[in-house]
Amino acid sequence: MLIVLLLAAVAIGIAILRGAFGTGAEHRASSIIDTMQGGGEALHAGFRRAHARGLCVSGRFIGSGDAAALSSAPLFEGESPVLGRLSVGGGNPAAPEATAGVRSMALAITQADGQQWRMAMNTPPMLAVGTPEAFHEQLRAMASDPATGKPDPARIAAFFEAHPESAAFRAWQAGYRASDSWANTRYHSANAFVLVDADGQRQPVRWAMVPEAPFAPLGDGPHTDDALSQEFQQRLADGPVRWTLRLQLAEPGDPVDDGSRPWPDTRRTVDAGTVKLTYARAQQGGDCNGLNFDPLVLPEGIEPSADPVLHARRAAYAESLRRRARETLLEGAP
Amino acid sequence: MSRYPLSARLLHWAMAALLLSQLSLGVAMVDRWQPWTTPAIQLHRAFGVLALVLVLLRLANRLRFRAPPLPRSIPVLQRALARASHWALYALMLALPLTGWAMHGAAGLPVRVGGFVLPALTGADLARYGLLRELHAWLAYSLLALVLVHAGAALHHAWVRRDGVFDHMAFGRRRPVEAAPPASADVATGDGTVAR
Repeated sequence: MLIVLLLAAVAIGIAILRGAFGTGAEHRASSIIDTMQGGGEALHAGFRRAHARGLCVSGRFIGSGDAAALSSAPLFEGESPVLGRLSVGGGNPAAPEATAGVRSMALAITQADGQQWRMAMNTPPMLAVGTPEAFHEQLRAMASDPATGKPDPARIAAFFEAHPESAAFRAWQAGYRASDSWANTRYHSANAFVLVDADGQRQPVRWAMVPEAPFAPLGDGPHTDDALSQEFQQRLADGPVRWTLRLQLAEPGDPVDDGSRPWPDTRRTVDAGTVKLTYARAQQGGDCNGLNFDPLVLPEGIEPSADPVLHARRAAYAESLRRRARETLLEGAP
Repeated sequence: MSRYPLSARLLHWAMAALLLSQLSLGVAMVDRWQPWTTPAIQLHRAFGVLALVLVLLRLANRLRFRAPPLPRSIPVLQRALARASHWALYALMLALPLTGWAMHGAAGLPVRVGGFVLPALTGADLARYGLLRELHAWLAYSLLALVLVHAGAALHHAWVRRDGVFDHMAFGRRRPVEAAPPASADVATGDGTVAR
């Protein structure tokens, strides 16, 4: 009897713990991932829920030493191995690459001491909105209409109307021209992080991967579905592909906890090093496939900012990883 | 009436506190997107390493002595169940930190303790991560259930049977063991004859 009562008490306790510290099901990472996969069963078992299509890459990060004064992380000096992924936005692993609205670069840099810096960067330098709740709303607004199978432009317009903070993002989007390669695309952290030096001094930063390859516009096509993967493999055959890791340093008063508010272009920048990619292979069976590019995997000397979206990204990525890992285990999917 | 050695009792209650916080933290933090979950995960990881050290210490300590015998009034089957449940508790206490650690390896993630990174128990692999991640959760719920049955049984001995079994793991003054099981009326009224 006592045992039954105890078990009942604990069932209630678990229910409270599961619901507490926030609110209900609406404030869970799984609700975001449910929205991403269209509310129903996963359409593409074993694949990432976002940025499902991509290419595994690897190479080195060569620190310039110029950021070593800002952060105690050893990777800002010397060379560290990099495992990464170039991808396009969306949950469909078979979607055409070249015309995707968003491109991404994700990296895991491993220091000699075993600590890692994982980052997930996108083409837009800023986010449309600054909170996880608004981001979830944005996902819902952009979801396909069950009737047409396509997003409803009126709903998207209504969302942006209701979120004036998206002005910077919309202005960027209106001026964006796609390039013909992952290699000549610029990628951004969007959210701010904090570099901590050996004395504990803190410097909020955002960063961009600035391509060494010159911009060339994406032609009219037609493009094969794997046009970017093909192009990148061919490019690598001619030699390494490089980006400069450019840190943008906040000044006092700059918003560090809101990814929808970029800092002025006049802020000081530091070129922290070079990403040199030398190898690419398909993500299926590739060593990047099992990696979760959680932006909060950081070495000592780099810390998250208070930006709530960063923490929501961590949670959503973890849930996406859990689901596809389970699917891979159960179904022998890629 | 004998007791567990002081070292065993200290380890038992320290781990009881650690286990309950780890189980609650785990249940509360998974799948949540609030900013507090990031430090919660770091805490869970650090406490997990501590729990592994403690359980190894405890197992080594446990092999040094014989447990105080259970009263003869307890049926043989119950005694066997008690013994089995204790070893199951040890097995789960060991398996939880180990699956947590291995999970990190399967995800290619370092486990950092202080300034050091622990070696990975297994290489990065998505399906293996899936197995370890689900295992970690199921083992945690199993441990939670077993801890409750254990606590329920302990309280049953302390409050209903009053046979001194609870005192094996207790601190402070020993309570007298009643010669005969109390009449059910005494229990129902809870007249405080024990808590003098």
